[in-house]
Amino acid sequence: MEMELMLALLIGILFTVGVYLLLRRSVLKLVLGIIFIGNAINLIIFVASGLVAGKPPFVTGQEPEPEMADPLPQALILTAIVISFGIVAFTLALKYKYFSLTNTDDLDQLTETENE
Amino acid sequence: MNYTILVIAFRYIRFILVFFSILTLFRGHNLPGGGFIGGLMASGAFIFQALALGVQSSKNSLRIKPSKLIASGLFLAILSTLPGFFAKGVFFAGTWVKIPLLFGATLKLGTPLLFDTGVYLSVTGVVLLLIFTLMEEWKWN
Amino acid sequence: MTIILLIIFLGAAGSLLIPRQLDRHKGILLSLLPLTAFVFYLIKGYHMKQVGPEITSIAWLPQLGLNITWLFDGVSLLFLFLVSGIGVLILIYSNSYMKHDEGRHRFYFFILLFMGAMLGLVLSGNLLVMFLFWELTSFTSYFLISFKHEYDKARQAAMQSLLITVMGGLALFAGILLLGQMGGTYELAELVEKGHLIRFHPHYFPALLLILAGVVTKSAQFPFHFWLPGAMQAPSPVSAYLHSATMVKAGIFLLARMSPIMGGTPEWKILVSLIGGLTMFVGAYLAITQTDLKAILAYTTISALGTLVLLFGIDTQLSVKAALIFLIVHAFYKASLFMVAGMIDHKTGTRDINLLGGLRRLMPKTTVVTVLALLSMAGLPPLLGFIGKELIYEAKIQTPGIASVVLILGVASNVFMVWVSAMFGYRTFFGKLGTTPKVANEKGWELLFGPSVLAFGSLALGLFTNSLGQLIELALSTVRAQPLHVEIHLWHGFNQVFLLSVITVAAGVFLFSIRQKLLPVLAKINSRFFAYRFADLFNRLLDNFVKFSKNKTAVIQHGYHRFYLMTILVVATAFVWFQIYVTRGWDIQYDFSPIPFYVLVLTLIMIFSALTAAFAQNRLTAIISMGVIGFGIALIYLFYGAVDLAITQILAETLTVVLFVLVIQKMPRYAKFSSRKSRVRDAIIALSSGSFVTILVLNALQIDYNDPISDFFIKNSLPGGFGENVVNVILVDFRALDTLGEITVLSVAALGVYTLIKMNKVRK
Repeated sequence: MEMELMLALLIGILFTVGVYLLLRRSVLKLVLGIIFIGNAINLIIFVASGLVAGKPPFVTGQEPEPEMADPLPQALILTAIVISFGIVAFTLALKYKYFSLTNTDDLDQLTETENE
Repeated sequence: MNYTILVIAFRYIRFILVFFSILTLFRGHNLPGGGFIGGLMASGAFIFQALALGVQSSKNSLRIKPSKLIASGLFLAILSTLPGFFAKGVFFAGTWVKIPLLFGATLKLGTPLLFDTGVYLSVTGVVLLLIFTLMEEWKWN
Repeated sequence: MTIILLIIFLGAAGSLLIPRQLDRHKGILLSLLPLTAFVFYLIKGYHMKQVGPEITSIAWLPQLGLNITWLFDGVSLLFLFLVSGIGVLILIYSNSYMKHDEGRHRFYFFILLFMGAMLGLVLSGNLLVMFLFWELTSFTSYFLISFKHEYDKARQAAMQSLLITVMGGLALFAGILLLGQMGGTYELAELVEKGHLIRFHPHYFPALLLILAGVVTKSAQFPFHFWLPGAMQAPSPVSAYLHSATMVKAGIFLLARMSPIMGGTPEWKILVSLIGGLTMFVGAYLAITQTDLKAILAYTTISALGTLVLLFGIDTQLSVKAALIFLIVHAFYKASLFMVAGMIDHKTGTRDINLLGGLRRLMPKTTVVTVLALLSMAGLPPLLGFIGKELIYEAKIQTPGIASVVLILGVASNVFMVWVSAMFGYRTFFGKLGTTPKVANEKGWELLFGPSVLAFGSLALGLFTNSLGQLIELALSTVRAQPLHVEIHLWHGFNQVFLLSVITVAAGVFLFSIRQKLLPVLAKINSRFFAYRFADLFNRLLDNFVKFSKNKTAVIQHGYHRFYLMTILVVATAFVWFQIYVTRGWDIQYDFSPIPFYVLVLTLIMIFSALTAAFAQNRLTAIISMGVIGFGIALIYLFYGAVDLAITQILAETLTVVLFVLVIQKMPRYAKFSSRKSRVRDAIIALSSGSFVTILVLNALQIDYNDPISDFFIKNSLPGGFGENVVNVILVDFRALDTLGEITVLSVAALGVYTLIKMNKVRK
């Protein structure tokens, strides 16, 4: 069994579930879908840069140590995680606002923006 | 929800969490940690208090408004880009000051550290502002 | 060169700052600007014959071949004189004409802006810069036509002219780009030398068509002529300036510029002269049946523009010479006639020739001026118009190939012109005194100043042709791209051409005398052949286009969020799958690493929770599954050496769960809206997009970075950034700008949530 294959499969499934939830009419499911896709994409960056089951990227000198993880994707993902938290919070607030104005969770009711 | 034991416990737990978050922030340059992690931890402390004892209690303990935390964090982060500009003519260029301490050890202070502090403050402020706003709206007490 | 232009443009802005006390003399004050320009060009142009053309260039974007080049040669000199000289007269005229108009400040601003644009246009030595000024003239024209924007008609006419000229402008731009491709430069001076290359280039014909589209629309050639009569909604000074003397001549200017580069080929000759000939005839014919003074003049302008285009299409030395002279002739008499028409409108309150008449007694000076200008238009000696017409006839007779057709059309148009001139003069100034809303007078010297300068100028230039000859010589040498000598004589002797002139005038006068019988017949013909007026047709086309867009928008912008997402996903998935299929993306060759037992278990748990989340009937289950996956990912990070990531992920996941727990209380039950069919459809879409992501990840693994950027970060982290944690050093030092952007985004999101939730309360 190969590790990368397994993780790629996991990413695929996370993405599938994310897309499926994204296409639902319920806003809550939409938010969940965003979270799933966000996680899947973070993992894509992580896996695509090559997996090294080894030391974290801490250096003591100038030379990269053998078996050291790549620091760059980690820095990318770290910011992405925090950003997606912000997005989720914002979407939830929007969802709440939407719910409190229309009293429904159904996205299909949102076709008109002009009048409530 | 006003349990005495929680009130007393949180006084210490919050203190410990905030202390560790600051520690995480400063050791972040050499060990796991940094502004993002520290900021999330610090906000976590206040959020748990808010969950247990109500938003108002948490706000009182915080003493400063979350929005002001955001502002000061961004201000610090931008401020930290200026020394590099004046010293090397390039914004964001890291500039370091070495302060010799006792026993031959040196304390290295640099603009990246200042920048990270800015990140720490703004992340704390952002998370707290988000969650306090939502909690107040949903009357979590 | 640049300074003069800057003065005009700054003058446009400065005109808004003129103090109220000087308001009464604003036009006269501002006329000093073009006067300065005129004198400047006069002095510079005086030495041109010795010095030769002058090219000044300022690098703007040299990589794109875009330089601000001023080409000061014979052709530009001719146009510069017209634009600045007539500009002076127009501004003086406007001083009186616009005196009581509310929007006069706007008027002066735009007319000066136009003046600057037009001067820039004729000075441009770089095609791209020329295009910029070209478009600027279209814009200012739009604002001037819609000057009385409270009237529906004015807005409509302005829109129509803008659409037509801008569409032509776009075509012209494409043509310019093609030309630049063929010649390898956008500099006019260099293009002229590469003319033979361009004329035999395979892209020559499309480029010619595109450039001609620009000319045809700008210079109101058939079948796009109809915007020009519509543009008569503008105040009279604008009609006199933009829509007869200068802007509509921009197309002619372009032809003059293109003639040495693209001219001389059969395509050029046939196309250009065909368009010009048709326009010349149609314009003159339609002019007869008009009753509005300005409409009459507009149609004769169309005819004159057609004549000019025709002459450039004939493309012989004689025809170009005739065109250049006729350009001046036309600008002189047409500008003065427009100013007179405006003046009559101003003084009597009407422009309808059926109401006017006998103004000779009330406006004697105006009558003299008008008659002079009309004689020039009819082409009678000793005015400049006579020289122009004689030369045109001569050129037409010598037209190789299609001489007879061109000649017949030309004579017919000129007969109509004589007729129109007679009608214009007779119906307005002679006969019985008409009943007009206001009783006319001649007060205000400014109104008559411009027309008289131009009318007597026609007379003077007709008698003393020497100075004109100098100017024409410079311009002609530029257009023909060879040094030539020009002498102009008023009197050509009794020859074939003179005979034609006599016939023309006689026929014109004869037709005028029997007009009472002719006009009803013409009206009948018109109602049959011109049942569809082009302007109406155009408007209907526009309406249909808008309707079509609305329908299309209603289909595409349906407002259903999930279908928007679905469209994006399906299209993206289809493209990626196609690419995968083409490149056989499923063949993966990679040295996979072994799978540790507990990671395997972890992954299986996560897959299980993901599937649970997808099919969860209950929101708590969904949220818990989401949490499990989040923490599982954190463990994967941890296993593969990403400690910081793992911590961050755990913290963020905790906060997300807290958020959801908060939400869940205030939200309705986990609703189930969609039908079984749509769930199956969505599952298929989701599966196909998820599977391509899997293949993408595996493909990404195969890419071998020779020199990953991470090596730089690892090497410099400790010596440069004084940090052992490379991830943190990247965040706060190497890529600090990105991090700053990120915390800014976060702050905005937080403030957004805050406003979203708190602000509504204030309103309530």
